Amino acid sequence: MSEAEIKNLEEAFEARIERDEKIEPKDWMPEKYRQTHIRQMSQHAHSEIIGMLPEGNWISRAPSLRRKVALLAKVQDEGGHGLYLYSATETLGITRDELFEQLHSGKAKYSSIFNYPTLTWADIGAIGWLVDGAAIINQVPLCNTSFGPYARAMVRVCKEESFHQRQGYEIMVKLAKGAPEQKEMAQDALNRWWWPSLMMLGPTDNQSVHTAQSMKWKLKRKTNDELRQQFIDQTVPQAELIGLKVPDENLKWNDAKKGYDFGDIDWDEFWQVVKGHGPCNKERMTARVSAWENGQWVRDAAMAHAEKQAASLQKEVS
Amino acid sequence: MKENLYNYILGIADNCLILGQRLGELCGHGPSLETDIGCTNIALDLLGQVRSYYQYAAQVEGAGKTEDDIAMLRPERGYFNTLLVEQPNTDFAYIMARQFLFDAYHYMFLQELKNSKDETLAAIANKSIKEVSYHLRFSTDWIIRLGDGTEESHERMQAAVNSLWTYTDELFHQTEADKVMISQGVGVETANLKEAYYGKVSEVLEKATLSVPESKYFQKGGKQGIHTEHMGYLLADMQYMQRAYPNMEW
Amino acid sequence: MKKEWPLWEVFVRSKNGLEHRHFGSLHAADADMALENARDVYTRRKEGVSIWVVESKNITASNPKNNGELFEPAQDKVYRHPTFYVLPDEVKHM
Repeated sequence: MSEAEIKNLEEAFEARIERDEKIEPKDWMPEKYRQTHIRQMSQHAHSEIIGMLPEGNWISRAPSLRRKVALLAKVQDEGGHGLYLYSATETLGITRDELFEQLHSGKAKYSSIFNYPTLTWADIGAIGWLVDGAAIINQVPLCNTSFGPYARAMVRVCKEESFHQRQGYEIMVKLAKGAPEQKEMAQDALNRWWWPSLMMLGPTDNQSVHTAQSMKWKLKRKTNDELRQQFIDQTVPQAELIGLKVPDENLKWNDAKKGYDFGDIDWDEFWQVVKGHGPCNKERMTARVSAWENGQWVRDAAMAHAEKQAASLQKEVS
Repeated sequence: MKENLYNYILGIADNCLILGQRLGELCGHGPSLETDIGCTNIALDLLGQVRSYYQYAAQVEGAGKTEDDIAMLRPERGYFNTLLVEQPNTDFAYIMARQFLFDAYHYMFLQELKNSKDETLAAIANKSIKEVSYHLRFSTDWIIRLGDGTEESHERMQAAVNSLWTYTDELFHQTEADKVMISQGVGVETANLKEAYYGKVSEVLEKATLSVPESKYFQKGGKQGIHTEHMGYLLADMQYMQRAYPNMEW
Repeated sequence: MKKEWPLWEVFVRSKNGLEHRHFGSLHAADADMALENARDVYTRRKEGVSIWVVESKNITASNPKNNGELFEPAQDKVYRHPTFYVLPDEVKHM
């Protein structure tokens, strides 16, 4: 294809997105669009899968049967969401094995928040409330993103996620209204998860490299800072309602902007975790890689059995 | 009568609780995403059954206990599950062998429990049997795949079956409570299931190109509350919150 | 060995009387496993009463490059639609 032809195709492509048309896997697309989507979608999928670990850490210790089944179902949903997103990514011509390879080798990123430890039961509440809360803010706009398989996967994800945040907040409510130890546990979890949750919405707009392009392709509808403001404004009253204190001395309602002013985020900490030096980066990766490696013989066996079956079927026919 | 019924319910439910707990440990660490999700579904089914049983047990006992008191606050000696279900997740072959050896029993047991003179138990059995028949299909398929898969999977599966075989006979042991409940038409006469059980299990193992263990040395004790060394750790994990923070609501 | 389980497309009938609809895809070693996985992955919330699975490689898809010749010719066949035909005002429904 000549350069002029590509340019024509690109213009037609951008115009389709502009008109809110969906792009489907077999449609012509610029290589950069394909690569960007593989990166973002697989990163999203990896986050779901790694996200199973910190919460999975409390399945065996959940304090009641009701909490145990809710948590199991939630962690399982995350596996399901990872699966939907990997499948959607695979339509772009990359296999799940290749995507896992990128994750396990450290080439692919996932949401940094999952590199923090879950130390108490209240952390399960805090993750549902804050982390899922922040995730939903990020994800709802993606139901209208330009790439069809991603948008459809997100519709399913968002529908299923709706119970996750409630599940978390309910845990916090119960703790905050409980015995002094429980309330203390809830406050301690909020103290540790608040700032990482704010960081989870991404670097500030002047630091973010992808925003303009992502906006154009509807991978993003609002900037990181807008999303963060939205998250803070919706979460602070929820904390106040149950008598918990957001750990930010500078948090103050600003009547002029109809939103909260808040203190400085420690971006050094953010980048340290992103670069692989958070409290649990190594543990998370080790757990993933060993699950994958320990499962190799199982996957091989299933494949070998399927091939034997197919061969014997073939024999019967001929 | 009441105490016997109470203990009888626990005997059934504890198997589901402990196996559900073991499967819960696997969540997020399965050999493939799809399989992970499948195993968690089984855990959720079992824990759902547990709640029905314990809620009923609490009602039978009439001492104002909750399902969680029963699940989390007994000493090790007070759990009546069979030794089979408390065995650890050594590898996926052990996980599936444990599952299959239990499912085959569980399915036959519930088929009979459906006819119990106790209406609540019959109703729980009626609901659970659909779940358990799927569990049995799932684990049977995996036994066959792994038995008749690669050389390595065959060896691992055979090792798991050989190792867990020693816990199968206990499934058919009868405690005093069992005997009383059977005599009253409430409990299942497990002696009648034994032949069919080993027949079914052998049939699947053979289909999986595995040999049926010949060992006649069996372990027992779980149904009397005498467990393997694994049980203490499992309970320490499961009871942690209720023990560390007594008398609180979650 | 390291051979990836093939990809399958999953179609679910969500209610008696409705058609099967494409729900997504998954990996499985064989058809039985694909059905079990589909049940476990896509019907956790009572979403289905029947499932079809088909290995993705067995699906033949039209090429979007040919969309012009395939689908545009249908656009001007307005006489295939009821609104093309004029009725006297008195006839309210037909």
